[in-house]
Order: sequence, then structure tokens, then C-alpha cells
Amino acid sequence: MIPVCPTTALPPGEAIRVDGEEPIAVFNVDGDFYAIDDTCTHQDASLADGWIDGCAVECPLHASCFDLRTGKVSGPPAKTPVRTHRVVVQDGMVYVEAGIAADGAA
Amino acid sequence: MSPTVAVVGASLAGLSAARALRNQCYDGRIVVIGDEEHLPYDRPPLSKDFLAGTASLEDIALSSPDDADLGLEWRLGTTAVGLDHLSRSVLLRDGSEVEADGVVLATGARARRLPGGEGLDGVHALRSLDDAIALREDLAAAERLVVIGAGFIGAEVASTARKLGLDVTVVETQPVPLAGPLGPDMGAVCAELHADHGTRLLTGTGVAGLIGTDRVEAVELTDGTPLPADVVLVGIGATPNIEWLVDSGVALGNGVLTDARGATNIPGVVAVGDCAATWSTSAERHVRIEHWTNALEQPATAVATLLGSADPAPSPVPYFWSDQYGARIQFAGSRRETDVARVVEGSCADRSFLVLYERDGEPVAVLGMNQPRLFTRWRRQLRSSVAALS
Repeated sequence: MIPVCPTTALPPGEAIRVDGEEPIAVFNVDGDFYAIDDTCTHQDASLADGWIDGCAVECPLHASCFDLRTGKVSGPPAKTPVRTHRVVVQDGMVYVEAGIAADGAA
Repeated sequence: MSPTVAVVGASLAGLSAARALRNQCYDGRIVVIGDEEHLPYDRPPLSKDFLAGTASLEDIALSSPDDADLGLEWRLGTTAVGLDHLSRSVLLRDGSEVEADGVVLATGARARRLPGGEGLDGVHALRSLDDAIALREDLAAAERLVVIGAGFIGAEVASTARKLGLDVTVVETQPVPLAGPLGPDMGAVCAELHADHGTRLLTGTGVAGLIGTDRVEAVELTDGTPLPADVVLVGIGATPNIEWLVDSGVALGNGVLTDARGATNIPGVVAVGDCAATWSTSAERHVRIEHWTNALEQPATAVATLLGSADPAPSPVPYFWSDQYGARIQFAGSRRETDVARVVEGSCADRSFLVLYERDGEPVAVLGMNQPRLFTRWRRQLRSSVAALS
């Protein structure tokens, strides 16, 4: 598990990027945490910099939308989904299990 | 016979119009006419990743697997040469015609050429996929590139060519590049990226002509200086593709003239994207916008108009971006010359900043360099304040 940050450092409506070979973006939607691949599948942009709208994030460059729960494209121009990653909250810390698909909110 | 909509133009605006027709429950026939042989592709990467060879044709294809369900009839590699406004038939170069109940004009714009630059090898413009492939092949064997015009296309090609290891000079007639879209102060800041990355930028300098017999050898400046060049890229703007409509009865200006909802003066004919000069209530004139986002979003309104809706037109906040030398430049809003630019975050020297343009103390536009998150918030804010005003 990759430690991300204390829960208090990621308030609702905010996102954080976890750098790595394949960066991951972690989102707080009204207290539920979601993690997806950070790089938009359309063109190079960081989804952690995007706009959170309900359970979707809008890419800051071309406004492609991805469902944070499933990684599926909910608005063009992106054509392919992003991967989801499982988020674990333990003792006030947020962790991601990179490569393990999420099955819902943490 | 089922109704037919002809979409003339098979790039982002045309494809977006076809998708919007299906989204809005139109179930008739849709014929998409494109003068290029290619299925719709994304143009912005042509000056960046595609030119650098790091994005493939597949990467930049616009169609998604879901588009197969749209049931489109493609007429690619066919140029529209006329429109009969009485029968609403689109006449094609091959002599055939497409009879339609509704027509979406989405023929885009073409790169302006340098007078006298025709027929000389090594001289390029960049607009289409074929342009990009030809330029890429030429750059691979070149050492010196001269870019004429320091607008966004010119700056992006200069940036890509530097990455490929070429010696690059950019020549700009105006004293400050990008002063039109960004204002002189911020235009100058963005232009500093050239020097940061070893590109020579000559401003306030005109081009007298091109030197060479079969192949270009140099660009001659108005003061007589020759700039040696293996390849020349001409990036001096674009012209809307509307000549084919001259005898059609469709009202033309600097583009196909439409109202705010995309309707032309001919019933059943709408226009979208780079070829359309759309009435702007806020600017109180027809405005032709060449931005990608406009081509993506505008067709939904125009298609609704075609299908009979009379809802008020949305008031979009224009948005564009440019990637140069690893810096991401983003701009949203409508700037006027008298607006005051103020840095609200970061610093120009660090190449990471957010600038607000204010009119009577109210933000009307925002420019960011390497500030995507903050920029997105301001862009959203502008959108909601524009929506609240309209």
C-alpha cells in the first residue's frame, strides 16, 4: 500500500497526485475517497488538477470526463477509460493499493 | 424516404454535429462529407506530439468505438463545391449531389499561404494530417528551420523542432508576438519561452520573400538579411473555407454568418466551427472563433436549431491552450485591449503564473502558465458569472 496523506490533508472536493511510474490521482468526494490513473487517456494532462463534479472529474485540458467510481469515460474527447485503484483509509491515513481495481468508495 | 442531414466537413465540428444529432434523438440519415481521405482526427497534436513522432495516427483519431452506433454515411475524399439553397442539395466535386433536409456547414479553415511560396520544396504550412506528415519528413533531414509567424502554431512547431535538435529562428512582423490574444505584456512574457529554449526570435521584422530555385535556401527579411533555412514553416493564420458557398445565397462575411444559435439566413442550413462567424451578443458583432473547444461545443446548439429548438443560445466562455517547450499555456474569457492584466499567483520569471484580466474591477479573462488547477477554477468561475449575466 502506498501512503498518500492524512485524511485531514485531503478535504472534500480536493484531489492529490501520487507521483510514481504511473501517477495516481486520489479524490475526496464528500468524504468518500477514490483513486484513478492521474494521466488523462486523451492527451497529457493531470486529472488531479481537474474539476470534480459529483462523482466525475473533468480533465483540466479538454474537459474529458471520467467516472471516479469506474474510471469510465462519461464525456468526450477521451475514448478509453482510466484504471481505478483501491483506496484504504486506516488510522486517519489514506493509502492506495496501486493496480488493484476499486470496487467502490473507501 | 427518411430525412437526411448533410454535414459538410469531417473534422471536430462535423463529427460533433453528427454526434449531437443522435444525442438529440434525430434518427434520420446523416451523410458526412469530408474533403480529406482521413476519418476525423484531432488537429492540435499535429504541431506537437504527432509532429515529434510520439503520437500515432491511431492516438489522434477522434472517433471512439461508440461512434460506430451513430450510423453515419461517410463521403470522404470528396470536396463540396456548391449548395443549392432551394433543394438544399450539396454538390460534390465528383459530380454527384447529396439532397438533404438539413445542412450543417463545418468546412473549417485553411492555412494562409505566403505569396510567392508556392512550388518551392521545403516550404510548409500546417493544418492537415498530410501537412504534418510532410513537415515531419522534411524536419527529419533538416538542420535549420525558419518559422514565419510567432503565433501559437509557429511557436509550437518551433518548440517541437528544438526538441528534435534543429536550429530554429522565428520571424514575427509584429513588435510583440501573441499581443492580439493575450495583450502585449503577457504576449511578451509567453514569447520569452523561445529564448529560454534556444530559439532565436526576431520581432518587428517582415519577410520580403523566399530564396531558392527548386528548394528553399533562405528567407529574405525586409532589411535584406537572408536567413538560411532547410525548411520553412509559414504560420500566418487561417482563412475560412467558404468560397464554395459564394453562389449559394448563404450570407457570408469573415465566415458563414449565423445568429447566436448557428442559423444562417437560409432555413435548414446552420454553420459551426472555424468556418462560422457567429453573432455574439456580448461583442455585438459576428465572431469567428478558431478554437478547438468551440468546434467541440458549438455544434450542439446549432443542431438543436436545425431540429427546431428556439431555446436561448448558451454564452460560452472561449477557451484555448497551447503547449510550448514543456510549458502549458491556457486562456479563457474575452479580452479587450483596455482590460488590465494582473498577476494573482506565481511569477512570470518562474514561468508559472496566473493572470486575471479585469474590466471595471471584474475578472473577464484568465491566463495561466503551468497553473492548470488554479486556471480550471477561474475558468469555471468565469463560466458561472457569464451564465448568471445572460
